[in-house]
Amino acid sequence: MSDETQIAVDVRDAVKRYGDFTALQRISLGIRDNEFFTLLGPSGCGKTTLLRMIAGFEDVTEGAIFLYGEEIEDLPPHQRPVNTVFQNYALFPHMTVTENVSFGLEMRGASKADARTRAGEMLELVQLTQFAARKPSQLSGGQQQRVALARALAPSPKVLLLDEPLSALDLKLRKAMQIELKHIQRETGITFIFVTHDQEEALTMSDRIAVMSAGEMQQLGDPRDIYETPRNMFVADFIGDTNLLDVSVEAISDGRATCKLSGGHRLTCDAVDGVNAGAKVHLSVRPERLFLSDQPTAAESLQGTVVENIFIGTDISTIVDVPGGQHFTVRTSNSDRGNKRILDPGTTAYVNMEPGAARLLVD
Amino acid sequence: MAGGAATGGSAAADTYKSARHWLLLPSWLVLVLVVLAPVCMMLIYSFLTKEFRGGVIWEPTLAAYDQFFFDRGLFGDDPPKIEWTYITIFWRSIWQAGLATILSLIIGFPTAYFIATRPERTRALWVFLVTIPYWVNLLIRTVSMKFLLRDQGPMNDFLISTGLIDDPLRIVNTNLAVQLGLFYSYLPFMVLPIYASVERYNFAMSEAAADLYATKWTTLRRIVLPAVKPGVIAGCILVFVPSLGAFLAPDLLGGAKNFMIGSLIEEQFKGNAGNWPFGAAAAMVLLTMVLILLMIFARQQRRAEASP
Repeated sequence: MSDETQIAVDVRDAVKRYGDFTALQRISLGIRDNEFFTLLGPSGCGKTTLLRMIAGFEDVTEGAIFLYGEEIEDLPPHQRPVNTVFQNYALFPHMTVTENVSFGLEMRGASKADARTRAGEMLELVQLTQFAARKPSQLSGGQQQRVALARALAPSPKVLLLDEPLSALDLKLRKAMQIELKHIQRETGITFIFVTHDQEEALTMSDRIAVMSAGEMQQLGDPRDIYETPRNMFVADFIGDTNLLDVSVEAISDGRATCKLSGGHRLTCDAVDGVNAGAKVHLSVRPERLFLSDQPTAAESLQGTVVENIFIGTDISTIVDVPGGQHFTVRTSNSDRGNKRILDPGTTAYVNMEPGAARLLVD
Repeated sequence: MAGGAATGGSAAADTYKSARHWLLLPSWLVLVLVVLAPVCMMLIYSFLTKEFRGGVIWEPTLAAYDQFFFDRGLFGDDPPKIEWTYITIFWRSIWQAGLATILSLIIGFPTAYFIATRPERTRALWVFLVTIPYWVNLLIRTVSMKFLLRDQGPMNDFLISTGLIDDPLRIVNTNLAVQLGLFYSYLPFMVLPIYASVERYNFAMSEAAADLYATKWTTLRRIVLPAVKPGVIAGCILVFVPSLGAFLAPDLLGGAKNFMIGSLIEEQFKGNAGNWPFGAAAAMVLLTMVLILLMIFARQQRRAEASP
């Protein structure tokens, strides 16, 4: 109906200071109902602080937080209808799995029997039914993770907060849990706010991502936006691999910018707001959107020398030096070997760009 | 390859096993010499005949235990009645020690919790402050306490000067004075083990409980206390057991009417007036009682662990 009902968590001008240190500088964002929302950034960027402010473990220095239209920033954690999956799970070691999962329900006044029934359902959801009577110390890391998830989901929170819940798991298990979490989110229809420093994880799972750095939000968008049209240097560099090129903007006309590389090459790309002619800025080009040839092909073709080929499983990464001190990383899919040639180190190569591959960045 | 590694491992384990016996020898020696031997000696003494100038005559008898539990009149030929004198002293010792334990827990737990939740830099300082009284001899501290509490002492002077009371509070030579002495003497034994376990406690669990709608009080009761229970138990034992056998506080602060078991035993071995077998018998009764209490406690503990 109105916007209020669409927004699950509304953070308005939230500031967090610890003495002189500002951990979070005036963040405003609206997390939609039923969305898998990720706060992504390197450690110390303020993402966990923001999550803990929503949970109620940190107070808000300035600003306000609304949960489905209700102002919550002054409520203690136990009065907020949100639940958290903690980074190291924080399971209660003296209680069994079932007791852990039913704890929140009992605290909300459910009868012991009802709480047990619901806990059973939750354990079924995370496929831990046969471990119900065990203590957390008798479970593996992955199983403990599931208990933490079941415990947080059991009281049917309006919003589930997840603080790097997968960081302690090994790669294979982490990948499996990513998909499972996504499924559970769809199945339960609960709004998830997920904190991670792993950009791949964020891209895989999220409906929308807020990229954070140094206490500020750098970009907010869906995974494709964030990956393909990064707004600034930080986002381009933090999300995926990219070639960052120093350029000076020579002219802008008809929404196209002509940029000059330090070696004298010229490239054209879409102009962006905030970058004017004469500016010295950066271009970002994803390595998989470049291809190599031994003869110049497209208009945007730069001559250089192959330095190295690196085999990385699905892809081969080729490093090419171009005059002016720039070097490019070009990714060639391993399945394309027949079509796109792999050139030996030392040979002359042309780096070609797909149209629209280069993206101007606001610094 | 794997087999070779396994053989190497078990050879190392063998070396370790044989070394372990030798390395444990000093501990065994200390245990036997200062714990086991004296206890055995007391056990034997308690069944011997008393020598009037202190010491024992090597003639086995149950006289000491008989004296402890039964009254046979002045000449020892009346039919035996239960002797209440010593049982009363024992009973007083138990409730004084129990009360001291409860008081120490009530004051000690918040203190320990407070210290354990300070920033890491300042914790050592707080622990140091708790141990400061231990830099002074217990006898001196107990005498000072008597000085503080006596009728014309600083405490009463202060209370009278503020007009809160008109006549001095008569505390010295009462059970209250003994209680204060015990509580004061053994409080750090409660604080330190509880501090150690609260410090290891993962406070994310408290956050998790709050997140799951538990109030602060419920969190303390259902999450914090079970997690730090080993420290609380250790603290209670460390206060209760020495309080039970204490003799300085009851002697100096309690006077003749508020005798505790420790003073009774001490009396039997001091000077020429004593009765060594009787002192040894009283010590054995005390030891047996403490052991029974600890065993009941341990059994209940195990039962609580076993039932989910």
